[in-house]
Amino acid sequence: MQDVEKIIKERAASLLKSGEAARVVGWKKGEFYFDPSPAAFESEEQLKDFVYNGFCGANLSKYLIEASKKPGKTAVFLKPCDTYSLNELVKEHRVKRENVIAIGIECGGKLDVEKIKDKGVFAVTSVTEEDGGKVKVSSLYGENEFDKKDVLLIKCFTCKGKTHVGVDETIVVNPVEEAPENRFAEVERLEAMTEEERFAFWKSELSKCIRCNACRNVCPACSCVKCVFDNPQSGVAAKANDDEFEEQLYHIIRAFHVAGRCTDCGECSRVCPQRIPLHLLNRKFIKDMNACYGEFQAGESAEGRTPLTDYTEKDVEPNNIFSAGVKK
Amino acid sequence: MVSENLIPKIGVITDIRRDTPDVKTFRVLTTDGKKPFEHLPGQCAMLSIPGVGEAMFSITSSPTNEEFMEFSIKKCGCLTEVLHSLEVGQQVTIRGPYGKNFPVEGEFRGKDLLFIAGGIGLAPLRSVINYVRHYRKNYGKVVVVYGARSKDDLVDINEIQTEWTSEPDFQVYLTIDRPQEGWDGHVGFVPAYVKELGLDPGMTAVLCGPPIMIKFTLQGLLELGFDKSRVYTTLELRMKCGIGKCGRCNVGDKFVCKDGPVFRMDELDELPDEY
Amino acid sequence: MIKVKNADMAAVYAAVAKKMPLFLPVEKAGEVNYGPWEEGAKVRTDVLKTVKSAKDFFFPQSETMMKFRTEGKNIEIEDDRKEVAPFVIFGVRGCDCKSFEVLDNVFLQQPVDTYYQARRNAAIIVTMACARPEESCFCNVFGIDSAAPKGDVTCWQDEDYTYFNANTEKGNALMEIIAPFGSQGGEEAVKARQERTREIMKKLPFANLDLSRFKHENLNELFEAKEWAELSEACMGCGTCTFVCPTCQCFDIRDFKTDKGVIRFRCWDSCMYSDFTQMAAANSRTTQLQRFRQRFMHKLVYYPSQYGGLYSCVGCGRCVNKCPQRLNIVKVIKRLGEKDNG
Repeated sequence: MQDVEKIIKERAASLLKSGEAARVVGWKKGEFYFDPSPAAFESEEQLKDFVYNGFCGANLSKYLIEASKKPGKTAVFLKPCDTYSLNELVKEHRVKRENVIAIGIECGGKLDVEKIKDKGVFAVTSVTEEDGGKVKVSSLYGENEFDKKDVLLIKCFTCKGKTHVGVDETIVVNPVEEAPENRFAEVERLEAMTEEERFAFWKSELSKCIRCNACRNVCPACSCVKCVFDNPQSGVAAKANDDEFEEQLYHIIRAFHVAGRCTDCGECSRVCPQRIPLHLLNRKFIKDMNACYGEFQAGESAEGRTPLTDYTEKDVEPNNIFSAGVKK
Repeated sequence: MVSENLIPKIGVITDIRRDTPDVKTFRVLTTDGKKPFEHLPGQCAMLSIPGVGEAMFSITSSPTNEEFMEFSIKKCGCLTEVLHSLEVGQQVTIRGPYGKNFPVEGEFRGKDLLFIAGGIGLAPLRSVINYVRHYRKNYGKVVVVYGARSKDDLVDINEIQTEWTSEPDFQVYLTIDRPQEGWDGHVGFVPAYVKELGLDPGMTAVLCGPPIMIKFTLQGLLELGFDKSRVYTTLELRMKCGIGKCGRCNVGDKFVCKDGPVFRMDELDELPDEY
Repeated sequence: MIKVKNADMAAVYAAVAKKMPLFLPVEKAGEVNYGPWEEGAKVRTDVLKTVKSAKDFFFPQSETMMKFRTEGKNIEIEDDRKEVAPFVIFGVRGCDCKSFEVLDNVFLQQPVDTYYQARRNAAIIVTMACARPEESCFCNVFGIDSAAPKGDVTCWQDEDYTYFNANTEKGNALMEIIAPFGSQGGEEAVKARQERTREIMKKLPFANLDLSRFKHENLNELFEAKEWAELSEACMGCGTCTFVCPTCQCFDIRDFKTDKGVIRFRCWDSCMYSDFTQMAAANSRTTQLQRFRQRFMHKLVYYPSQYGGLYSCVGCGRCVNKCPQRLNIVKVIKRLGEKDNG
C-alpha cells in the first residue's frame, strides 16, 4: 500500500506543479492511521499530509459538485466503485466533467475501525495491513491480528469490481483480482423472509435511525439543491425521528428517489452512525430493475437513459410485474 | 406550573389596519379583552398561528398604552403571509415579553434622542417613540428621521403627521427613495439624508431598519461625530424559543432573544460579524 | 459499598424494574443504545459508549409540547406536559453524567424549561466507572474522572462483581432495593481498578489536549482564524456529530397537522444544517464554514463565556468515532489551540 500512496502523491504533486490542476481532491491524514478526511490540496507543500491507505473509504466524487465550479481544473482520486458516481454526476449535469481530471486508483477493499472495535479491541493506536490479507492492530491493551475480510467496511463485503470507468488515467500498482461475487445474496436472504419477518427486520433496523441525514448528505445521487425533506413548503419536511414506523419511510422514499441512479457505492451504509444496512434498500431496487428491464449498472456511462427514464415496448407493465419473475 | 414560557396564551385580533401595501398592524387582546401582558419599549413577543408556525415580532405599541398591544408586520414569509390573510376576530397565540428593552429609564433619561428608521424598522421604534412622548418631560429634544421606498411604504404616516409633528421640541424628517407624484417632501436614501441634516452628535441615536441602511447610516453618524456608545440598534435573527435555549439566534456569545434585540453599537463591535 | 455478583445482576435489574422503569445500555440490531430493561434484553454494560448519549432521557429527540384544536376563528390549547414518575438510568459513564450539568445550565436557568425539569427531577442516575477507556476518550481534559463518576449511585464492574456506592438521598433509596442481592465490601477492588483506569487515561492519545486558548478574550481572534476553512472543508453538513453529542442542545419547534388538530413538537436541530438560521428573507450563516465554526465556537468559547468557564464538551469522543468524514472537535482543538499565543 505504501508503494501506491507514494505514486499517487507524486502524481498529485506533478499535476499541481505543472498547473494542470488547480487543486487535487484526496485524503488528508488524521490523528491516527484510521481517520483520514477528504481534503483538497492546492500546493505541493500541503501534500505532506496526503494519505492513501486502507481507511480511505470515503467516495470523493460528490465533492466535485462544488470543486468543479471553481476556477481551474480539479484532479480527483477515485477508487473503482467511486468512478461510477462521477459518471452519474456528470450525466446529471451536477459536475462539469471538463473541469475534472479523474484518476482511477487501486483498491483492495477498505477497512472499518468500528469492526475492529467490535472484536473487543479498544484504544486502537495503530492498524497496519500485512501481506496475506492480514490486518495487525496495536492498542493500549495489546496486539491483535485479524483477517482483512473480517474487518472490511460493509460496502466492501461484496465488491462491485476493480474496473475504473470514465477516468482519464489510472494508477494501479498492485492489481487486485476480480472476485465475482453475488452482491444480491443479502437481498435474496431478505426476499426469502416472510412478510412479517421482513417487516420486523426493517422495523428493528430503521428504529435505530436518528435522522442525522448523513446517508443523504453523503449520497452522490442525492444532489438536489434543496431536498424535499428540508423544504418547509413540501409538507413532509421533518427533522424529528419518531418511533412510528411511518416516519422511517424517509429511507424508503430516499431509495425511490435514487432508484436507477444509485450506483451502489455503499456510502450510505458506511456513514450511518447506527450502522443500518441502508444499501440493501438500494440494492433491492437494482435487483428488481435488472429483472424487469435487463441488467443495468448506473454510472457505467456518463450518457444515456436509465431504465426508469426510458421506455421500450418490451417494458413490463407494473401489473405484470410479478409474472416478470420479480419476487414481491 | 413553574413556568409556562413555551406555552402561549390565546390572543384575539381585534383590529387590523393596512399601513402600506405589505405592512399591516394587528391589535391583539386576550380573550377577555385585556392587554396580553406588560412590556417595555423594544421588547418582542412570539406570535403564532397553530399549524403555520411561530415567530418573533417586535411590539409596536407603547407600554403606556394600557388597553391593547399592537404589531406592525410586514408580509415576507410563510407565517406573515397567513397573518395578512386573517380577519378581525381570529385567534392567534401569543407569548412574551422577550428580550432586552431600550434603556428608556436608564441612559435615555434626560437625553436628546435621535430616531432613525427605514421601512418596517419603524415598528420597534414606534413603541419607544410613543413612550418618550408619554413621558415627554423626562427627555430632551427628539428628532425622527424616517424613510421608506415610497410614500405608500411609510408605516403609520397618519400618526406621524398628525400627532408627532405637533409635539413640542419634536422634529420629524421624512424621506422616500425616489420622487413620486403627490410627494413634496425629501427624496433620497436615509443614510444620505442623515448626513445632509447635519445632526447634533451629542444626541443619543437609535437605528432600526434593513442591515444595509444601518451600516451606511452608522458610518454617516460616526462621520458627524456620534459616539458608538450612544448609538443603539436592534438585531433580528431566526428564533424558536425566545428564551435563550434553542440555540440559533446567537451572535458570538450573545443571544438576540435574551441579550438583545437591543444592542449598543460598541457592544456589537465586540461580537463576531455574523448577523 | 455493596458488591453484587455479576451473575446476580439480572435479578437486580428485575427487582429495580419492578419498582420503576429501568433504562440501561442494551444491544438491538447490532448497536448498543439506552433502552428499557425487559426479560431477555441484551444488556451491554461492558460497552463504553452507547451510540446515542444519555441526554435523550431529559431532552428527547422529539417531544410533543402542546396541542391545538381550532374551530372557526377560535383556538384551544392543550398543555401536553405530564407528571413524570421516577425512573432509573443505569450505566451512565462519567462523561455523559457531566453532560447533564452542561444541559442543566441551559434548560434550568430562568425561565426554567419545565419539560426538561420534570424528567430531570424524576431520574435516578446510576453511573458506571470506565475500565477500558479507548483512544477517542478525552474526558480528563475537562476535569472528569472516569474512574469515579458522579450520579446518585456510582458503580464499578470487574470480571466477577458489580460494586455500588450511593452518593445522594435518591441513591440511598435505590440501594435499599439492590442491597439484598449483595454483601458489604469491595473498597479494595474498586481502588485498584480506579488506579488502573487512571493510568490508562494518562496514556491515551488525547489526554493532554491544550484548551488554554479557548477563552472569552480570544473570541474574535478564534472566530476569524483562517484555519476554519481547512477544518470544515470536508464537512457535508449532516447532523451526526450533533445528534450523538451529549451536550448539543439546540432544538427546533414545529407544528404538525393531524386530523385531530395541530401538534406542536420540539425536536433536535443541528447548527450544521443549512436551514438552521434561515429566515424569510435572510440567513446569518450561509456557508458550511460558518455553520461548522458555530458548532465548535459554541462548545469551546461561547458556552464557557455564558456559563462560568464550563466547556460544552465532555470528551466522550462520540464525534471522533462517528463523523462520516472523520472531522471532530479534537482536530479543532489541536489546530486552533496549538497556535502561538502571540
